Amino acid sequence: MPDNYFARYLPLLLQVGIALALAGGMVILSALVGKHRYSRAKMSPYECGMTPVGDARERFSVKFYLVAMLFILFDVETVFLYPWAVLLKELKMFGFWEMMVYIGIVLVGLFYVWNKGVLDWSGTPRISVGTPAMTAGPADAPGSTPVFSAPVEGSRS
Amino acid sequence: MSGNLSVGWFVLISVIKILIAVPILLGIVAYTVWLERKLVGHIQNRWGPSRVGPFGLLQPIADGLKLFFKEDLTPPYVHKALYLLAPILSLTLALTSIAVIPVGGWVTIRGARIPLQITDVNVALLIILGITSMGVYGVALAGWSSNSKYSLLGSLRASAQMVSYEVALGLSLVGVLILSGTFSLRGIVEHQLGGFWNWNIFGGGQIVAFFIYLCAAYAETNRIPFDLPEAETELVAGYHTEYSSMKFAMFFMSEYANMVTVACLASVLFLGGWSGPLFGPPVLQALLPVFWFFLRVLFFLFLYIWVRGTLPRFRYDQLMAFSWKFLLPLAIANVIITSLVVALRS
Repeated sequence: MPDNYFARYLPLLLQVGIALALAGGMVILSALVGKHRYSRAKMSPYECGMTPVGDARERFSVKFYLVAMLFILFDVETVFLYPWAVLLKELKMFGFWEMMVYIGIVLVGLFYVWNKGVLDWSGTPRISVGTPAMTAGPADAPGSTPVFSAPVEGSRS
Repeated sequence: MSGNLSVGWFVLISVIKILIAVPILLGIVAYTVWLERKLVGHIQNRWGPSRVGPFGLLQPIADGLKLFFKEDLTPPYVHKALYLLAPILSLTLALTSIAVIPVGGWVTIRGARIPLQITDVNVALLIILGITSMGVYGVALAGWSSNSKYSLLGSLRASAQMVSYEVALGLSLVGVLILSGTFSLRGIVEHQLGGFWNWNIFGGGQIVAFFIYLCAAYAETNRIPFDLPEAETELVAGYHTEYSSMKFAMFFMSEYANMVTVACLASVLFLGGWSGPLFGPPVLQALLPVFWFFLRVLFFLFLYIWVRGTLPRFRYDQLMAFSWKFLLPLAIANVIITSLVVALRS
């Protein structure tokens, strides 16, 4: 069996190709096989029988951006741990203490965002509770959607 | 590995392995759905599917056929290219990630040693993490391109949830990496062979990491108790509300294929992979590891369904707090303790 870098990754490429062909084939086949009969109701977004108001791509809560940013920070920090973890048996105590410095910095960052209330999903968006924007329409302020509606009591910062 | 195989044979063997593995995976996916309906049925004191074939065993095939013949609707208000791309991306990634999972040791056919694994890459763990974390694109694109409020909310929730638990998941694996000293999944299993006290969960003391991994994995695959992206009582079906026919089924299949991948990875990383008692003639000795491996995978799939039948759903703020305020510090503590023990011993 050829044992070089390319040979290790070639089956992976083949797998991607076969999976892609399978997935693409399914989409094409179901488009060809199924019947197509259109009506007005079918052509509008599904909202449990209500007539949709406005576009779906409204602004949404800034929390989602914050989580995405935190993810990038902490995931990169996790990836930094991987090579160290694999080599720890050779690095021994020296490697351990070195990494403790790094993990200490990560922990300081974690407790900073924790204290700032970034990790709290309820309580912080006090601005949107009871403001005129809330009564304007069904899909305006993200704080008004039932998903993240904040309990007013116990809100911090 | 011996160099007595030409490139042509190598490609042929790889294609054969893929063509065996992918249908098996799809079969497991189909029958996990059957098992889930059956078990949840019994948990809720009813029968589950029982009409199509004995014990309803032909139900998945009937469902698959039905979905193919359903109306395949591409609504006019969607972003067409991304709307089509999302299910293809989800399913392709879900079917690809099994390529690096080792299901057994080696078999020798005509003097050539062939690993029971599609490819043995030395950074297999990184590849599998990369592929599974790209799955979030399928979900995010599906929700955004659908241009429906339920879809968008579902996909936003799903993306935020998946990236949040990704961090805890990644950190829970560091302990295993410290113990085994390699990224190769085959290497990690070979490190745990020889009795269950060698498994990372017991001998390695990674039981906390195993718990973190399991929680994060349930959240990554959007399963109860973390199934908020498709909380049907509030969001209809989440990010795939606007999908019909086979395109809907593809999201469904990719979710279950991801469950199988996660179960395989849990067995490989924590439960010793294919380790188990070997006996009998050589053929049996070659096949028993595969059996032990699938037994573990089946156990995890059963656990998924059991948890689904037992636990209620989290609230969204609880879900986020659980990941960032509980699992993440716990995972960091686990990394510190494991590395201290290993560093002191070596």
